[in-house]
Amino acid sequence: MFGNLSDRLSDTFKNLRGKGRLSDSDIDATLRDIRRALLEADVALEVVKDFIAAIRERALGDEVSKALNPAQQVVQVVNEELTKILGTENHKLQFAKSPPTVIMLAGLQGSGKTTLAGKLAKWLKDQNQTPILVAADLQRPNAVTQLQVLGEKVGVPVFSPEPGNGVGDPVDVAKKAIAHAKKSQFSVVIVDTAGRLGVDEEMMQQAIGIRDAVSPDEVLFVVDSMLGQDAVNVAKAFKDGVGVTGVVLTKLDGDSRGGAALSVANVTGAPILFSSTGEGLDAFEPFYPDRMASRILDMGDVISLIEQAQRTFDQEESQKLADKIANEEFTLQDFLEQMQQLRKMGNMKNLLGMLPGAGKMKQQLEDFDESEISRTEAIIRSMTPVERNMPRVLNGSRRLRIAKGSGTSVNEVNQLVNRFEQAAKVMKTMSKGGMPNIPGTNPVQMGGSVGGGYIGGKKKDKKKKGSKSGNPAKRAAENQGLSFNAQSETKSGSAFGIQN
Amino acid sequence: MFKFLKRLRSSKQESTSQAEPELVAEPPVVAEQAASPVIESPVKPLEPAKVPLPEPEVHAEAAEPEPEPEAKAPEPASAAASEVEPELVAVELPKRSLGTGIRSLFSENFDVDDLEDILILADFGVETAEEITNQLKSVAQKQGASSDAELRLLLKDLLVERLSRNDSSLNLDDGKLPYVILVVGVNGAGKTTTIGKLARWLKDGDWEVVLGAADTFRAAAVEQLATWAERSGARLVKPAKEGADPAAVAYQTVELAIQAEADIAIIDTAGRLQNKKDLMDELGKIRRAVEKQAKISEVLLVIDATNGQNAMSQAKAFAEVAEVTGIVMTKLDGTAKGGILYALQKELDLPIKLVGVGEQVNDFAFFSPEEFAKGLVARK
Repeated sequence: MFGNLSDRLSDTFKNLRGKGRLSDSDIDATLRDIRRALLEADVALEVVKDFIAAIRERALGDEVSKALNPAQQVVQVVNEELTKILGTENHKLQFAKSPPTVIMLAGLQGSGKTTLAGKLAKWLKDQNQTPILVAADLQRPNAVTQLQVLGEKVGVPVFSPEPGNGVGDPVDVAKKAIAHAKKSQFSVVIVDTAGRLGVDEEMMQQAIGIRDAVSPDEVLFVVDSMLGQDAVNVAKAFKDGVGVTGVVLTKLDGDSRGGAALSVANVTGAPILFSSTGEGLDAFEPFYPDRMASRILDMGDVISLIEQAQRTFDQEESQKLADKIANEEFTLQDFLEQMQQLRKMGNMKNLLGMLPGAGKMKQQLEDFDESEISRTEAIIRSMTPVERNMPRVLNGSRRLRIAKGSGTSVNEVNQLVNRFEQAAKVMKTMSKGGMPNIPGTNPVQMGGSVGGGYIGGKKKDKKKKGSKSGNPAKRAAENQGLSFNAQSETKSGSAFGIQN
Repeated sequence: MFKFLKRLRSSKQESTSQAEPELVAEPPVVAEQAASPVIESPVKPLEPAKVPLPEPEVHAEAAEPEPEPEAKAPEPASAAASEVEPELVAVELPKRSLGTGIRSLFSENFDVDDLEDILILADFGVETAEEITNQLKSVAQKQGASSDAELRLLLKDLLVERLSRNDSSLNLDDGKLPYVILVVGVNGAGKTTTIGKLARWLKDGDWEVVLGAADTFRAAAVEQLATWAERSGARLVKPAKEGADPAAVAYQTVELAIQAEADIAIIDTAGRLQNKKDLMDELGKIRRAVEKQAKISEVLLVIDATNGQNAMSQAKAFAEVAEVTGIVMTKLDGTAKGGILYALQKELDLPIKLVGVGEQVNDFAFFSPEEFAKGLVARK
């Protein structure tokens, strides 16, 4: 439906290629596209306006017009400006000079405060702090119970003198909590508060009451990364109300582009400290501005992808596999296992979508048939162990049996075997040090991704292995006139080759 | 307002038929839960006319808006003989409205040139904002409307016209009891609160409600729903332990609803982001578990009005996997306008059915394009 920014820009830039200078109208067209892309990514309108003004100024300057490739330079500028708003480095939590450090969480209903409190407590505990959680959300039914359960899970005590569900005074609880923490020598106090609307004055007053009672070192504003245009109003209300010293973005594991991050950072002027990226209590990490910039621009998030792969793929398994490939021992059984591992990472479409420039193949992505993989699985599962390990024993009658067993046709079985053999060859070359080439990757993306790629040198190998699982998609890809290699490598996460 | 068919309950205890085992578990709250199945030709019980009603106005209208009843007749006839058709009654739900929940788009006078930006700010999305603005401009020009009041009225009419559709009622009128509602959505959208409010609303309308706590994942989600069940006097089916199979809970919920001759079963599910394949697949499993015993009347997707354009991606994914039949917009009482609902209805052809406009149990209503549009163009 919505084209993304890289799509739009590549289209715009197509016309600019070879031009030594950008005309004013070129720039206008480009800026219009950028504006739209940012709005579609839920960046707030007023922020977009300021942003576009800043880009225009720079785009008209020498920096761009004299650049060798003005088009790419524009993207570079956009990326830089985005990163500027989001912050250039990851900030650290402010700890009090004399403990306990008090952290207060505030935000809208459903933004993920209570879950975040649990994650933060765990994170602090892992850093040898002694945190205590304070249940000051006495509003939402069983928020207190939820915090207690979380506390138990992460092994952090919870201060909850009041039962909640409308009973008790949160300001009072907060006061007592600080006294308790001092007495029992906890190093960090995390105060969970009720969700509140920015316009709810009574509730905002209550938040201010809690703040004054605990005088926090950090007031963390917890923001749902799916927030829309309202992010500006909400951020203003919290900034002017309870005050904000830091921002936490939640639900970043979703597919929202997270434009809210930009709006909130711009309005509050507070650094984004953390991002929360999953339902597990470990899914919590420092915020990386550069990655967020790429995400908003839909330049793909290669580093995240690599990390996701890293989580899913077992390091040792991968090494074994790498050896197998190098020694030509890679079998259909391994192929099957790889495919299953890759599946664990989630929906193929989404995985592919994380890669830079994947926007270009949106149509192919849309058409990509996940059930193709299931069919491939079925075929392999219908083979005997011998057949899986030595595909060359597959004669006509065996193939017929397999086709019947898997509910496919002999033709499909043939295709799979052929593709497998081809792929095995390709992988072998790659595993012997051949890097897949990187055509047409633009400098900005490279800036974002090369580092990650390097850090993940090992991972890249894994990725190649993963690419085997691209095979089943081949037919689908071919049907769409898409080259198999491009697709499989994409999937493998090395991201390269997808451009052309 | 909308009319629904529910079980007719008389206050006097009637003996249940021999085919039906006597109920063991009585709900803790409602003392006089008298089941009154009538053994009769299955074709007839749907005639609302023969029903002695507390609300007299139902007779004439009830038959009309619901074309289903006669289509349904052959089915029970062929079904097992032991099936006893409940006597049905057409009812409305107690009146609820958006009230003053919706905030106006305009802080000052209406200027057509600002409209696009204003709509973008209300999360209508760039494309929709452009489209509505152009439309309004051309209509205004044709009609020579230029004053603030005229433009507001035009915009209101335009929105009402585009937002109105005839499937925005809840599918609780085919008489196949118990109705089953599955509530799905991303984390923090307000599913459990929505269920609490809906349960209370139905209870106020004298429906027998069973709630199923199939969010077995989030800490204390079951307790949260339990609190709502208590507040609304609904029965609750809980998982045996944390992390239990949500499909099993869903199955048991329907089972209890059938046993207890409840009118409706509402199943809460764990929040899930739409790009988590495994979790999304789980919804399919829950669906299948429910469908073993009853058909699913509604799959309600709960969307947080403060969410921006991502709501579209949510709706698409959930529609595909969970076969969503309607959308609930929550948190419309904030500064967020939920403009994305316009695009949701247009692009995905999914009706907005309910809206949440506050934290109180009664802050909940059917979506009314009229009220919504009026709120948006209101003068402060």
